[in-house]
Amino acid sequence: MSATVAREFGDPNRVGGSRKLPPTWVVSGRGEGGPAPKRIVTGYGFWIFLLSDIVMFSAFFATYAVLVRATAGGPDGKQLFDLRNVAVETGCLLASSFACGMASIAVHQRNLPRFLLAMAVTALFGAAFLGLEINEFAGLVARGAGPTRSAFLSAFFTLVGCHGLHVTAGLLWLLTMMAQFVAKGFRADIIRRFACFSLFWHALDIIWVALFTVVYLLGAGT
Amino acid sequence: MSDHPGHHHHDTAPGEERIDDGEGGFRTYAVGLGLAVALTLASFLLPDSGIVWGPAIPMALIVLAIAQMGVHLVFFLHITTSPDNTNNVMALAFGVLIVLLLIGGSLWIMAHLNQNMMPMEQIMQMQR
Repeated sequence: MSATVAREFGDPNRVGGSRKLPPTWVVSGRGEGGPAPKRIVTGYGFWIFLLSDIVMFSAFFATYAVLVRATAGGPDGKQLFDLRNVAVETGCLLASSFACGMASIAVHQRNLPRFLLAMAVTALFGAAFLGLEINEFAGLVARGAGPTRSAFLSAFFTLVGCHGLHVTAGLLWLLTMMAQFVAKGFRADIIRRFACFSLFWHALDIIWVALFTVVYLLGAGT
Repeated sequence: MSDHPGHHHHDTAPGEERIDDGEGGFRTYAVGLGLAVALTLASFLLPDSGIVWGPAIPMALIVLAIAQMGVHLVFFLHITTSPDNTNNVMALAFGVLIVLLLIGGSLWIMAHLNQNMMPMEQIMQMQR
């Protein structure tokens, strides 16, 4: 790789313009050069799945927004939500997302010990988040504010619980990814699976941002 | 990720970072984490801070949330405006369109239904 290419490579957004790039780099948009590498096809396919998952979440968000005042004489968000708990949950997910980023750097460097460490940290923060959420749910049910109390609470448990289920599935996926890298090494197909996992994990954080804003912060304020 | 640059590099997979060495990648995640933490803190501290006029707080919170989602997309999922990311951005744009239609449409329709609905006692009388 020549020095010029290296310099261009340090310019991922091509602010310098694509005309300086080697001809093989210029994006033609006409599908030249045959089908994209499997790495890109896989990532793109998983990106489409994630977007469809987000569309599904938006249906739950819409349901929640429609039913948020239908408390049937029961408690509303202002009486139920503990924002300190939500802030700690948010911190856990953010730290987990960052650790997942460290894991993908370790994969890039083909550094197994560092990868396993980063993934363990990711898992610990993810599990802490899940523990806090289960604790919150158990507390609500114990106070008689379970999902059967009102339409508002049904929508709340469906929306937040669906995100929690995604985190649970992500945790199981995370552990299998650790096992696969240990057992099979940095094989191309395993790396593709990991790329999908890290997309999934970061996307869950995006959904949580919408969740803590719409459900908790707006719910506790109004 | 591992592919040598310059060969068949027409597109970037979503989530794919361009790392020359580990440090560049680390900086991206560190900046993302810093911005995300700042925006999260702002969201949680804003309602009681009194900085924003009361009735405007919900809108301010929504703006902060959208900003943080943007930070996550750019720094954690590496969805950028570069030409090799066009496909990913187009898919995202379609997803955002559907999400807005779904949420906005549901709220719009349900608000009108609530407004136009007869009071409950009248409905009960009609059913008798």
